[in-house]
Amino acid sequence: MEAGRATSGPGGRPDTAAPAIELRGISKAFGPVQANRAISVRVARGTIHGIVGENGAGKSTLMSILYGFYRADEGEILINGARVAIPDSEAAIRAGIGMVFQHFKLVENFTVLENIILGAEEGRLLAPSLARAREELARLARDYELQVEPDAVIEELSVGHQQRVEILKALYRKADILILDEPTGVLTPAEADHLFRILANLRAEGKTIVLITHKLREIMAATDSVSVMRRGEMVATLRTADTSPEELAELMVGRKVLLEVEKAPATPGRPVLEIDDLRVTDRKGVERLKGISLAVRAGEILGIAGVAGNGQSELLEVLGGYARGRGRVRMNGAEIDLSGRHADGQTRRAAGIAHVPEDRQRLGLIMDFAAWENIAFGYHHDSLYQRGALLMDNRRIREDARGKLGRFDVRPPDPWLAAKRFSGGNQQKLVLAREIERSPDLLLVGQPTRGVDIGAIEFIHRRLIALRDAGKAILLVSVELDEILSLADRIAVMFDGRIMGERLPEATDERELGLMMAGVVPGAEREAG
Amino acid sequence: MEALPKWADAVLVPLISIVIAFAISALVILAIGENPLEAMRLMVEGAIASTYGWGYTLFYATNFIFTGLAVAVAFHAGLFNIGGEGQATLGGLGVALVLLNVAWPHWTVALAAAVLGAMAFGALWALVPAWLQAKRGSHIVITTIMFNFIAAALLNYLLVNVLKPAGQMDPATARFAAATVVPKLAHILGAVGIPFNPRTPANIALVLALVAAFLVWILLWHTRLGYQVRAFGKSEPAARYAGISPVRITLWAMLISGGLAGLMTVNTVMGEAQRLVMNVSEGAGFIGIAVALMGRSHPVGVVLAALLFGFLYQGGAELEFWTSITRELIVVIQALVILFTGALDEMVRAPLARLFVAIRGRR
Amino acid sequence: MTLMQSLLGAAATVALTAGAALAEPGLVIDMGGKFDKSFNEAAWRGAERWKAETGGSYRDIEMQQEAQREQFVRRMVDAGSNPIVVLGFQNMATLEKVAPDYPDTRFALIDGVVDLPNVRSIIFAEHEGSYLVGLLAAMASKSGTVGFVGGMDVPLIRKFGCGYAQGVLAANPNAKIIANFTGTTPAAWADPVKGGEIARSQIDQGADVVYAAAGATGIGVLQAAADAGVYSIGVDSNQNHLHPGSVLTSMLKRVDNATYEVFKAGPAVETGIVVMDLAAGGVGWALDENNAALITDAMKAKVAEAEAAIIAGTLKVHDYMSDDSCPAITF
Repeated sequence: MEAGRATSGPGGRPDTAAPAIELRGISKAFGPVQANRAISVRVARGTIHGIVGENGAGKSTLMSILYGFYRADEGEILINGARVAIPDSEAAIRAGIGMVFQHFKLVENFTVLENIILGAEEGRLLAPSLARAREELARLARDYELQVEPDAVIEELSVGHQQRVEILKALYRKADILILDEPTGVLTPAEADHLFRILANLRAEGKTIVLITHKLREIMAATDSVSVMRRGEMVATLRTADTSPEELAELMVGRKVLLEVEKAPATPGRPVLEIDDLRVTDRKGVERLKGISLAVRAGEILGIAGVAGNGQSELLEVLGGYARGRGRVRMNGAEIDLSGRHADGQTRRAAGIAHVPEDRQRLGLIMDFAAWENIAFGYHHDSLYQRGALLMDNRRIREDARGKLGRFDVRPPDPWLAAKRFSGGNQQKLVLAREIERSPDLLLVGQPTRGVDIGAIEFIHRRLIALRDAGKAILLVSVELDEILSLADRIAVMFDGRIMGERLPEATDERELGLMMAGVVPGAEREAG
Repeated sequence: MEALPKWADAVLVPLISIVIAFAISALVILAIGENPLEAMRLMVEGAIASTYGWGYTLFYATNFIFTGLAVAVAFHAGLFNIGGEGQATLGGLGVALVLLNVAWPHWTVALAAAVLGAMAFGALWALVPAWLQAKRGSHIVITTIMFNFIAAALLNYLLVNVLKPAGQMDPATARFAAATVVPKLAHILGAVGIPFNPRTPANIALVLALVAAFLVWILLWHTRLGYQVRAFGKSEPAARYAGISPVRITLWAMLISGGLAGLMTVNTVMGEAQRLVMNVSEGAGFIGIAVALMGRSHPVGVVLAALLFGFLYQGGAELEFWTSITRELIVVIQALVILFTGALDEMVRAPLARLFVAIRGRR
Repeated sequence: MTLMQSLLGAAATVALTAGAALAEPGLVIDMGGKFDKSFNEAAWRGAERWKAETGGSYRDIEMQQEAQREQFVRRMVDAGSNPIVVLGFQNMATLEKVAPDYPDTRFALIDGVVDLPNVRSIIFAEHEGSYLVGLLAAMASKSGTVGFVGGMDVPLIRKFGCGYAQGVLAANPNAKIIANFTGTTPAAWADPVKGGEIARSQIDQGADVVYAAAGATGIGVLQAAADAGVYSIGVDSNQNHLHPGSVLTSMLKRVDNATYEVFKAGPAVETGIVVMDLAAGGVGWALDENNAALITDAMKAKVAEAEAAIIAGTLKVHDYMSDDSCPAITF
């Protein structure tokens, strides 16, 4: 491996030197599931290489093999032209590979510096390691725009800065190859832009970057080449300049997909949900919603844009009936009890509110329950599901589930399968089938397409539009600006528990919304007036 | 581990665990100079080769079915009820009060009343920790175990100072009226022509236990309450989302759990001793935890695991009777089985899963 | 079905007749364990003495479960044992139920009375023995404060404590008696750690003689007293040798003699109530080389005087269990 590194100097000669990463015929099976099948790919040194594919296409497995979490059943890995064995992540680090996970692996109550040297301490005393790390950190920050306060405690940093710490950790361990798994999922547009600048700087220094994402826009903007995976196979590797988002989407799904949502203009009717000065204080006494006022009308989708953690979750929880709030909320003109003492998710459902929660695995589904049991979840008091005073009519529920699974194209349409065995997209369709088929007056939807593959996204968007067109009100919360822009009829931006303003999608753009999401209101006079 | 098929998880894992536990026990027996094969023969012969053995094996198993079901129901609600001891103690008190204070005309009425008494007292004893957990967040493991001590002290006080007949030295209640004697298993089986040793304590409570197992199955998988209990046990946040009240479910699950634990005493107090003595629960509440773990909290599994522990109790007694293997060692053997089936089964499951993957990979 | 029936029947017959030819005595030991250095062990010692003297053999078994009370007694009969010594007052109910089923077998119950033709009921006058060691305790105490550590809080143990308290007050009417029980469950018989804690607490309150009537729990009491350099009093067996110089004496309850006599008499042992009181040598106090230096002549004289009075009937020690109350101490 060291020899391999010697053959190609820093900066590299992309055409003559060996590729930074070369995978040859990698296969990996988990039981009957072939997660990776004979995958071969070459990533040239000093480039940014994108890997796209739907959930379950095998991207994560492939990267886990590269980072030593799994061992491939077949195939070989070459780093800088030399064959290497990567039995564990330590070996991956020795081979110059660094990985930034979707869920950061940082010690929350340690400082930046302590996290960076964690596992890479030299000697028995911490002080010399820390001093060296401080120096190195300053240099990296200078070279790559990776500024982070070394003595800040992780939990006090923004998500974007935490991600920088992850990158710094990898660089501190002398990584030449950096793998990033869905790095922009938690970032504001501005933070994402900054990240791509950092990646460009790293590329300029001769580092090789592998970017795993489902956002085709990012692939087009940031990468030099791109590989598409589908059902465990590498179906294409293309130069980014020679392809288009439509072509990539088609390769991912295996058929033509509509990336733009087609919808007719909304015809909003009476207000269904009226929120006036809604406030929520969490258990620690922190006010998370600081006086929200909104209205959602029949036949429209109100999109709530914002970076995760600015009060959107609390808004959904209060409206869904499983958190307390203060203020006034009216549903179809009738006041809703927010105290949490006399009202819960059941009374909300009775009032015509259905809710697709943000975190379907934690809230929306019981992962160990079969699909049919999940179809009754939240609606277990429905008289259709009862047999006598005490018993549930399981057969009836299963029949109902079979119908709903079929109509929402849940695959496989097996009501006996446990929720955890469905893919992310199909889990989401399961939740949507349950909630939308109730034909609620108001649908609360949080992150409807998070972790959902492109084919399913299209389907989910169409169903939401159809519900709107049926004259129902929809409150859509999403951190994906693209989604908000293409689905919503009106957009409200949340920041720090407040509504920063409302915009019409046709009268705004990502830049303006991005600023509002960061707490800046451009042309504040519009708000004032 | 998804790699393991359901049947292997339910049957093979416990089976292998038991085999390992017995293998290690055999080594221990060998180490103290006894013949493990002979020991095994004595246990099997003593526990299941005669209706005498069965009579005791089933008697113990009846206790463990009740306490195992109690723990299992709480498990399904995500609650760790280790207060089976105390709830059984109170259940015994309920049985005794019901049977001592009313002149029951026939054992059938007395049995129905005793069942209600046992369940009510056991349930109420579980209600306090449940309420503290649901409303105040006091951890139910701590409160239920503390309530075991309180129950023992309470019963002791009542037996010594209130319930003990004057002049009796033994701190126990008077014997229940003859009309309250329930039929023994021997009588029930005798009625259909199966000879069974009448001098064993197995009684109609066994039938009750099997009915309870069936009802628990209905409850968990066929009622709205059971649905909510299971959902709550799998994920409290999701349950809140679905409008399932954590307080209500916690209280209900613990009431049922406590009631089941209390029911155990219909077997011991009413069916066997015919009076209330101090040591009502005799550790069956704790064995119930192992039984529920081993039985995967499923009523069928609980019944099977309870039979195994009944076998261990009766076989162990026989072993002690006929050999120089002391009772401490028999406790060691029982503990090994609990250890392997309850706590260490992941040790068996992981390699087994790998084996299954390997076999499938070759196909 | 019929095959099953005959199989079950055959198996039952085999189980019932196994070893019926032997007629050796049996010993059924109550929960708490054979080697509690106290009550159970005394019975075992009596059995062993019989074994050593006669060369015979006997069968013994320890109970662990309530249901085994009946089971093990029946098992003993099935195994052909006769006579069978059953330890512990808690087995009164057991024998009431089991003994009538086996008129040809003779049982001896220690610590309880069962009025059946084939049962020998052996009871001890523990209050008398406790009275004597109470006298010794009061005379040995310099602080005027003595302790009593009972096992499980039951009338039988209060009987010990009550006799003890009467003895203490007879020797020193101003003495202070601290009485505690280890617990309320049978576990109180086998908890030396807790016994030690209680003893230490009593010693901290000024007690310089502590009487343990708590089965195996007493071992911890004796240890705590030895560690603190004060006196203790053992119970049931002679425990003087456990901490020579610290164990003042032991209240002897001759369970060993009672067992030995039953074994020796064999299947023809006399039934009926046998009171092992001071006069019958059933209770007493231990004096041997381990505590000879601790007992002064004055103490000996005082105790001897009391012994004579009790045997003569001129001194009546109150028995707590006769009316569930004690004139000398409130528990």
